[in-house]
Amino acid sequence: MIQADLNIILPEILLAIFAMLALLGAVYTSKDKSAPMLTWGTAAVFLAVAAWIGINGEGVNTAFGGMFNDDAFARFAKIIILVSAAAVLVMGQEYMTRRGMLRFEYPILVTLSVVGMMVMVSAGDLMALYMGLELQSLALYVVASIRRDSVKSTEAGLKYFVLGALSSGLLLFGASLVYGFAGTTLFSGIIAAAGEGHAPIGLLIGLTLVASGLAFKVSAVPFHMWTPDVYEGSPTPVTAFFATAPKMAAMGLFARVLHDAFGGVVGDWQQIIALLSVLSMFLGAVAAIGQTNIKRLMAYSSIAHMGYALMGLAAGTAFGVQALLIYMAIYVTMSVGTFAFILTMEKDGQPVTDISALNMYAKREPGKALAVLILMFSLAGVPPLVGFFGKLYVLRAAYEAGLAWLAVLGVIASVIGAFYYLRIVYYMYFGEEGEALDKGKSPVLWVMLMGSAAIMLVGVVNLFGIEAPALVAAETLLR
Amino acid sequence: MSIAALAFYLFAICVIAGGLFTVISRNPVHSVLWLILAFLSSAGLFVLLGAEFVAMLLIIVYVGAVAVLFLFVVMMLDVDFAELKAGMAQYLPVALLIGVILLMQLGMAVGVWQVSDMAEAQRAAVTPEGVENTAALGHLIYDQYFLLFQLAGLILLVAMIGAIVLTLRHRKDIKRQNVLEQMWRDPAKAMDLKDVKPGQGL
Repeated sequence: MIQADLNIILPEILLAIFAMLALLGAVYTSKDKSAPMLTWGTAAVFLAVAAWIGINGEGVNTAFGGMFNDDAFARFAKIIILVSAAAVLVMGQEYMTRRGMLRFEYPILVTLSVVGMMVMVSAGDLMALYMGLELQSLALYVVASIRRDSVKSTEAGLKYFVLGALSSGLLLFGASLVYGFAGTTLFSGIIAAAGEGHAPIGLLIGLTLVASGLAFKVSAVPFHMWTPDVYEGSPTPVTAFFATAPKMAAMGLFARVLHDAFGGVVGDWQQIIALLSVLSMFLGAVAAIGQTNIKRLMAYSSIAHMGYALMGLAAGTAFGVQALLIYMAIYVTMSVGTFAFILTMEKDGQPVTDISALNMYAKREPGKALAVLILMFSLAGVPPLVGFFGKLYVLRAAYEAGLAWLAVLGVIASVIGAFYYLRIVYYMYFGEEGEALDKGKSPVLWVMLMGSAAIMLVGVVNLFGIEAPALVAAETLLR
Repeated sequence: MSIAALAFYLFAICVIAGGLFTVISRNPVHSVLWLILAFLSSAGLFVLLGAEFVAMLLIIVYVGAVAVLFLFVVMMLDVDFAELKAGMAQYLPVALLIGVILLMQLGMAVGVWQVSDMAEAQRAAVTPEGVENTAALGHLIYDQYFLLFQLAGLILLVAMIGAIVLTLRHRKDIKRQNVLEQMWRDPAKAMDLKDVKPGQGL
């Protein structure tokens, strides 16, 4: 039994062993001097594991008595997590090396948190869920404050840690109520015990608390307070990481818990998710208007985007989950490109985060300005870019599930939110003449920015065929 | 009332009182001592449940290690608790309101608590007949919950790396012990014998 089980979790085991070997190797040899190489190596390992999961993965495999699921849904999420984590590692390497922040522990902590994320999206048990979540979060708390001599960075880490601990407490309390009702922590047992229709009140409170804990992790309103401060305080490469892989993992986990464990009582959680979705979309759109720091702006942007993704989840259908997965894939791609640009924003070698520094950027670097324009339009959901199709999918899912009011509110929020994306474009093309930013020299960042923008344009044709695997993934989740 | 029920209420009241006084004590050292009372009483509750191993763990780990560590931290760090508590009066009404609402909700949940019909059959980790619960736990952790156990190990590894990353500073001006260098020292090179002539010095 154990041999077969271990075969199923082989990708996770390999990554964990890689992290431990890298740790030992770096400690006993050149320490931080090996960090740039280790970062690239880690990214290569991520890509290799992603390719392996993509090519070899087949069917639905469960391990450890149902605690761990390896199905199309988990594989879809894992590939996005691994590829985006690899991209972000590579992007941040030069930035961190130049500022002396690149410790060799950084790629190792990222690897361990990726292992946690992979366990999260595969979890089939409340305990496995919690273990994955904590493994992920704990590593994230540390990398948030990795610039330990900076007050902002340590504040970001501490804030994230304290609020994260609170949300874990909520989640655990909810999980214990669910356990008290169902007598088991296995999702398959919970869904059997909950039955169809409406959940009894004890289970309902448990479900609500679990949803609150998870809403914190995806930074949905009203559990979003930490996001702007943590995004602003963390070093930019770490912020880029926060905005991509962990969001996908938390969203995947959210979908898995709600469908695998509470799939019978959709009506009970639909209203919770719909409310979270509406609040996130509006707060994200309205609160970002006053921001001048581009990292805080991206934090509110990510809150709004999580609102749209939750709209797909609120639909409670296979199409909704498919829309969620497509939306997250598109969002992660856009984030990678946008953060590649933010990483290049420098004046005299110092990072700049004020958006007024972008004044007349288009005159100096028309190519990059055009790429940013495409990304901003795509983030705002302007047709015919790929970001528009992501929004279209979730809106359709909500509409078809009978949540027309949610779809209408989503469109309104999207119009409000377009303002601050367009403002960046306005600064770049029509702003006043100001001090120039440095010319970006890093070829990696250039490739990421241009690649992401190109995807937003070319993907319009068929979204790179992502719909079919997303559909398969969604259907395995709702089996 | 049987002895067991009496013991249950005694321990339960002690746990709640311990928790309450942990929060409201003025002196942080007293807080830690109340916390220890809460731990000890909950260990008693575990014994009543028949889980002696967990009870002993609670005493050894929480009382023996964690609480003592707390005590050291409280006594060694110069934290001005009066200042920390200054803001409390301001937030007290909101906190009380939230507490009362939570209590009412819990009352509602427990008042009409329904256990699923399948819950009894679905329990995963029932202590088998004729096996001590230490052995039963061992079977569970190292066999059925192997994955969770290993993941917990990884979490501890992350905690260790995190503590080192955030606090360890390599200082150049400190003399460190180099064991290999010490072992390779050769008396022939380490000592230099000089023949000092009388009345001249070195």
